[in-house]
Amino acid sequence: MLIAGEIMMAEKYIARSKAIAARLVGGEMMVMSAVDSTFFTLNEVASAIWQAADGRTPLSKIVTGKICQEFDVDPEQAQRGADRFVDELSQHGILLVSDQPVVEIDFSASPERG
Amino acid sequence: MTTTYCTTVPETVSIEIGGIAIALRTQDPSFHRLIENRYTGFVGESPKSQLEFDIDLCELSDSSPDDDLEVKIDAGEWLLKRGDFRARWNPETSRGQIRQSCSPYAIDCVLRIVHTLILAGQGGFLVHAASAIRGGKAFLFSGLSGAGKTTISRLAPPDATLLTDEISYVRREGNRYMAYGTPFAGELARVGENQCAPVSAVFLLEKGLQNRIEPVGPSEVMRRLLRNILFFADDPELVKLVFQSACEFASLVPIHRLTFVPDQRVWEIIC
Repeated sequence: MLIAGEIMMAEKYIARSKAIAARLVGGEMMVMSAVDSTFFTLNEVASAIWQAADGRTPLSKIVTGKICQEFDVDPEQAQRGADRFVDELSQHGILLVSDQPVVEIDFSASPERG
Repeated sequence: MTTTYCTTVPETVSIEIGGIAIALRTQDPSFHRLIENRYTGFVGESPKSQLEFDIDLCELSDSSPDDDLEVKIDAGEWLLKRGDFRARWNPETSRGQIRQSCSPYAIDCVLRIVHTLILAGQGGFLVHAASAIRGGKAFLFSGLSGAGKTTISRLAPPDATLLTDEISYVRREGNRYMAYGTPFAGELARVGENQCAPVSAVFLLEKGLQNRIEPVGPSEVMRRLLRNILFFADDPELVKLVFQSACEFASLVPIHRLTFVPDQRVWEIIC
């Protein structure tokens, strides 16, 4: 229940879009938008967020439960970085963002290894 | 009284690039000759073509020559449109029509697009790259305009067979890639040799003060490769295919950066 005056941040759920192509090449995750052909190479942290973008796990939980654990990074700093990354990729339709769990996930868009 | 009926019989010329023969049919004998001359060395001898296009020469009054290129699929048919041509192609029937001005550039563009569409479904692509065969191996020299494709082609030794100085044709065959010659010429204005060989290496061209070959990281390889692959269609599924093709290619073919001084010694380090 939301109490008057309390600021509550909405949870953010992220899922990989169907309109992308992704692949692990030489240890680096490459992602391209099939809509506008923008191409991204993800670093290790971004890759970890990308892999965890199952539409069901809140971004905050991905950050605290995965990023902070695996990369020994300050939670606030990690959350800011994750928000920026998600914003950028969502602008190109590569990540879908919702304040509710994303039900329809395209598992075929899971990255292939190459 | 004798009446002579003159009928115009369509003349067909088959252009075979990358092992794919495309029959072009025109009612105009002079345009037929123009095509034969332009694609010398690529005029197929096999009577069987995989694709057929009827060419209707006309002036397109409802468009400007500078209109942007548009390539889209509609009801299973590819529609190609630019200021100087309108074309449609049905991949199911392998037949199509081209309405175009009497310009070699229009038919050239249509052929490039059709080949990119075919290759996309087969793991191949056209790429901005010069290519040459030497010692039975094909080498690609990739870069956008000004990178040195024409220069490296001009410097090629006599034992090298030039496949193109502008647009390389790459097809996948099993676990290897073959480079084919193309008639798509750049500044050299010379049609490539209609030959093919397995791709041994790709060099990303850069002009510099010394000849040097360096490794390139996967991220840069993919970025440069995707930038140089020709792709025209506004179709997300094909974009995905091209991306996957580029990834496969990069995983099987060595790709290096070649910094070079524009003289013949650069070919001494290419092997």
